[in-house]
Amino acid sequence: MKHMTRKATRHVSQNEGLIFEKSSPGKAAWKLPPLDVPEVDTAKLLGKQERKDLGNMPEVSEIEIIRHFTRLSTWNYAIDLGMFPLGSCTMKYNPRVNEFVSRVEGLANGHPYQPEKISQGALRIIKTLSDCLIEITGMDAITLQPAAGAHGELTGLLLVRAYHQSTGNARKKILIPDSAHGTNPATAATAGYAVENLKSNDRGMVDVSALAAQMNEDVAALMVTNPNTLGVFEQEIHQIAELMHAKGGLLYMDGANMNALVGKARPGDFGVDVMHLNLHKTFSTPHGGGGPGSGPVAVKKILEPFLPKPVVITKPDGTLAFEYNRPQSVGRVRAFYGNFGMFIRALAYIFANGPDGLRQTTEDAVLNANYIRKGLEGVYDLPYSTPSMHEVVFSDKVQSKKGVKTMDLAKRLIDYGFHPYTTAFPLIVSGALMIEPTESEPKEELDLFIEAMKSIAEEVEEDPQFVLDAPHNTRISRLDETQAARKPVLRWKPENAG
Amino acid sequence: MSLVVSILSASNGFRRSAIESIVSHIELESLMRYLPKSPADREAMLKAIGVRSIDDLFEPVPPEFRLKRDLNIPRQMAESEIVDWFKLRARENGDGYTSFLGAGAYLHYRPVVIDALVQRGEFLTSYTPYQAEFAQGTLQAIFEFQTMVAELTGMEVANASMYDGSTGAAEAVMMAVRITGRHSAVLARSLHPEYREVLGTYATHQGIPLKTVGFGESGRIDLRELQHTVSDDTACILIQSPNFFGTIEDVEAIAEIAHQHGALLIVSIAEAVSLGIVEPPRAADIIAMEAQSFGVPLGFGGPYCGVLATKEKFVRQMPGRLAGQTVDKKGKRGFVLTLATREQHIRREKATSNICTNQALVALMVNIFMTVYGKVGLRELAKQNLAKTTYAAEQFAKHAKVRFTGAPRFNEFVVETSEDPYAINSRLLGHKIVGGLPLKKFYPELGHAALWCCTELTTRSMIDTAVGLVADSERAVRSMKEHEEQEVTR
Repeated sequence: MKHMTRKATRHVSQNEGLIFEKSSPGKAAWKLPPLDVPEVDTAKLLGKQERKDLGNMPEVSEIEIIRHFTRLSTWNYAIDLGMFPLGSCTMKYNPRVNEFVSRVEGLANGHPYQPEKISQGALRIIKTLSDCLIEITGMDAITLQPAAGAHGELTGLLLVRAYHQSTGNARKKILIPDSAHGTNPATAATAGYAVENLKSNDRGMVDVSALAAQMNEDVAALMVTNPNTLGVFEQEIHQIAELMHAKGGLLYMDGANMNALVGKARPGDFGVDVMHLNLHKTFSTPHGGGGPGSGPVAVKKILEPFLPKPVVITKPDGTLAFEYNRPQSVGRVRAFYGNFGMFIRALAYIFANGPDGLRQTTEDAVLNANYIRKGLEGVYDLPYSTPSMHEVVFSDKVQSKKGVKTMDLAKRLIDYGFHPYTTAFPLIVSGALMIEPTESEPKEELDLFIEAMKSIAEEVEEDPQFVLDAPHNTRISRLDETQAARKPVLRWKPENAG
Repeated sequence: MSLVVSILSASNGFRRSAIESIVSHIELESLMRYLPKSPADREAMLKAIGVRSIDDLFEPVPPEFRLKRDLNIPRQMAESEIVDWFKLRARENGDGYTSFLGAGAYLHYRPVVIDALVQRGEFLTSYTPYQAEFAQGTLQAIFEFQTMVAELTGMEVANASMYDGSTGAAEAVMMAVRITGRHSAVLARSLHPEYREVLGTYATHQGIPLKTVGFGESGRIDLRELQHTVSDDTACILIQSPNFFGTIEDVEAIAEIAHQHGALLIVSIAEAVSLGIVEPPRAADIIAMEAQSFGVPLGFGGPYCGVLATKEKFVRQMPGRLAGQTVDKKGKRGFVLTLATREQHIRREKATSNICTNQALVALMVNIFMTVYGKVGLRELAKQNLAKTTYAAEQFAKHAKVRFTGAPRFNEFVVETSEDPYAINSRLLGHKIVGGLPLKKFYPELGHAALWCCTELTTRSMIDTAVGLVADSERAVRSMKEHEEQEVTR
C-alpha cells in the first residue's frame, strides 16, 4: 500500500459483462400501448425495403439494464466523488438545479420548428444568456450555435475568413503559439488556413518580438489562449493586439481558460476581436464523460455581420424572433440553434452566482491553483516561475531521473483517490503535470491532494517500480493500448464471445 | 440573521453569543452556495501562499484591464427563483401543445430509466475517458454503443458519436474526400435543408464544390439527373433515407451509380427509429446518422447525437473518438480510446478533423434507449410509427393532396392544401395543435405543401382532429371558389 493518505479506501465493486452477453430471446424492457389505428401490412407497404432482422441487438429486462449501467457507473471517477484536477478542462461542480430546469416540460420537449409565437420562452433563454455572455466577455455580439469548443474555434475562424474576404483578401495563415491546444491548429486547417507556429519566450508567454517579425499581410489571425495553457496571463496582450491590428490581422482568443477571468477582466477590453467560450468548462454544464459541450463565439462589432444564421432579434412589439436575412453570414455551422439544453444549464449557473458570485468563483479558482503551487513547489519541478492564474504546470524532471514519467505519477494518483491531472501537455513543457483544481475544491481536499502528490514523490525515491506498476487499486490494471490500436476491436461480435 | 443564528445554535448546541460573533463577521450577501470555503479558509490559504490579499494573485493582469465594477448581469438568485424563472419560460414555450412536427427532430417516448441512469454523478460528472483504468464505465458503454449502432446500420464499425446529424454528414463528406482523393460532392435536394446549409459552410472553406440533384414525382432522388451529375471527380454522393419528405430511397440503385464512377455513397439517417422496420442502407460506404429519436429530448434542437458508421477498411479515415477492446496486464478485458493518431491532440493540423468532444452523455441516452427496446421492441416501435403514419396519410388524402405516393415512406408525409399551410397552422394553434412544417421556406417549388409526422405518441383522435381542421379549410376554399365562379357566371 505504501504511503496511502486519508482520501481513498477500498470498496467492493461488481463485475459486469457486456449487455450482449446477458441477452436471451424472450426478455424485454419495453411495452407499447395498444395500437389505436389499424394494423398495417409491412411487407405490402415497404416491399423489399422491409427489414426482417435486427441482428445482435440485445434482449434484456429492466432490472438488468438498471444494474448493468449502475455497475458500469461505479467504475468511473467523477467530480461528484472528488477533485478532478485536469488542467484546461475546468472540471467544476455541475449544479443539480441545472439538470432539473433543463428537464422542465415545455423546454425539454420544445420542437426546433414550432412557431415563434409559442417559442418565446426558448428565445428568451437564448437572448438572456447571449446578453450575459456578451457582458462577461466585453464583446459586442455572439452566436450560440457551435456545438463544442473546437466547433466554436472553427466558427470563429470562418468569421475571420469572411471578414478578410469582405476586404478583398482572405489571407493565408493563422499564427498559433507552440503552447496551444491541439484543436487550434486542427481547426485552422479545417478552415482552410495554413498554420504557422509561434515560439514562446522564456517566461512561457507569446514572444512579442517574434510575433512582430512573423506578422504580415498574409496572416489572418493569431489564436491565443489567455491565460495560456501554462496558466499564465499574457501580460503583453494589448501589445499583441496592437501588433495584429496594425497589419490588418485579427486577434482570436481561445476561451478555454476563461474561468481565470470571469468578473475580473474582459477579453473585449484587452483587444480580442473574436473568442469562443466553453459552457462545459467555465459555465458548469456537465462534461458527461466527453460531451455534449457548447461553444458560443463572441465577436466585436466588425465581425457581427458574418455571424452564423439565424440570429435572435427583438421585434418592435417586444417579442423575439429568428432573423434569417443575413446576406454576409458565413452560413450555418449546425442544424437548428445549437446545444440549447446547455444554454439552460449555463444560464441557471449564471443566475445562481450573480456578479458577486462569479467574481468570488474566479478568485477562489485562482486561490486554489496558487495554494497547490505553493504546496508542491520544491517537490516537483516548476519549469516556469511566472505567476499562475487558475492552473499550474509542473514537470516530471526530478522523478524522471528515476524513470518515472508524468503518466506514471498520474496513474499512481488514481490509487490515492484522485483523478489525474492533465499529462504531457502543454507540449512546451517536457513531461508536464498540468493541474487545475477549479473553485469547487474545499481546503481539505486540496490538502489531501498535496499530501498525495508529496507521498508519491517519496515513493518514487524509495521504490520507483511500485509507481511504474500503478494503478494498484483499480478494477483493472494498466491497459495495453498498443494492442488496441494494432488490431482494433471496435465492437462486440457473437463469435468473439466468452 | 436571527433565524440563521437560531438554526445554527439549535443544531450545534453552540453558545448563542459565540455564534453571533461568527455570523457578524460574515455578510450573508456574500455567501455563495457552490463555493466550499469559509472566509477563514481563504485567509489561511492566502497566508500559506504568502500574499496579503486575493488582489495580489491578480497582479499579472495589467491594472487597466482589471474590471473595477460588478458585471451587469442579473443578481444572485435563490434556487427556488431559478426554478420559477425557467418554469415561466416553459409556459411561454408551447407547453401542452400536441405536435405533428418532425423534419429532423422527433418526439418519441423516453423510458424513465434513461434519465435515472444518465443522472448518476459517475456518468454525468466524469470526463472524456483518457484515463482508462478510472473510466471503464464510460468506455464499456461507448463500446456497446458502437456495437449497437453498427448492428442497426448494417455497417462494420461506428464511432463514439459526433455533434449531430448535420455536422456528422459534413464530416462524412470530408472523410470521403480523404479516402478517394477526389474533390467534389453530389448531394440530394431531398437531404435535410439545414444539413445542406451546414455542408455548404464546411465545403466552401475546404474547397469542395457541391452539386445538388433534385427529386422526382415519387419524392425520391432523380436517378437520371444523378447519373449525369456524378463525374470522375465526385468523391461521394450524399443522400438521406428516409429522406426529408419521409420517402425511403432506392439505396441500391444509387450505390450502383456511385460505385460505377468510383465514388462513395454516404447515407444520412435523420429518423433512427426507421431502422427498426426499414432495411438499413447496407450498400452505403458511410452512414451519418442523427440518433436523437433514440431517447434524446427534443430540447429545441439540441444537444443531439450524430454518429458515423462505415466499413472497417475506412476506419482510419473516420473522425471522432473510438473505444476499442484490449486487455490489462493480467489479461483481463478492458476498453480504451484508440486509434488516437487520427485525432487533433496528437496530429494537430494534420488530424482527420478538429473535433474534440463527442456527445458522450447523449450517446449514453441513445445507448440505454436501444437496450430498452432491443431486438424485438425496436421493430414493434417502428411498426407503430408506420401504422399511425399510414392511417394519417390515408385520412388526409380524403380531403387534400398527399404528395410523393409512388415510393414507400416511414413516419412522415407531405400534404398539399389549397390554402397556405401557415394560415391553416395558425388556426390549428387555437386548438393547441402544431400542424405540419410548411415547406415553402425550403422548397418554394412545393407551394402549399407541409411535412407532417406521426410517431407512436400521436393518437388517433389527434390525427382525426387535425384532419378535420384541414378538411374545413379545403371546404372553405372550395365554397369560396364556387362562390366566385357563380359571381363570374352571373
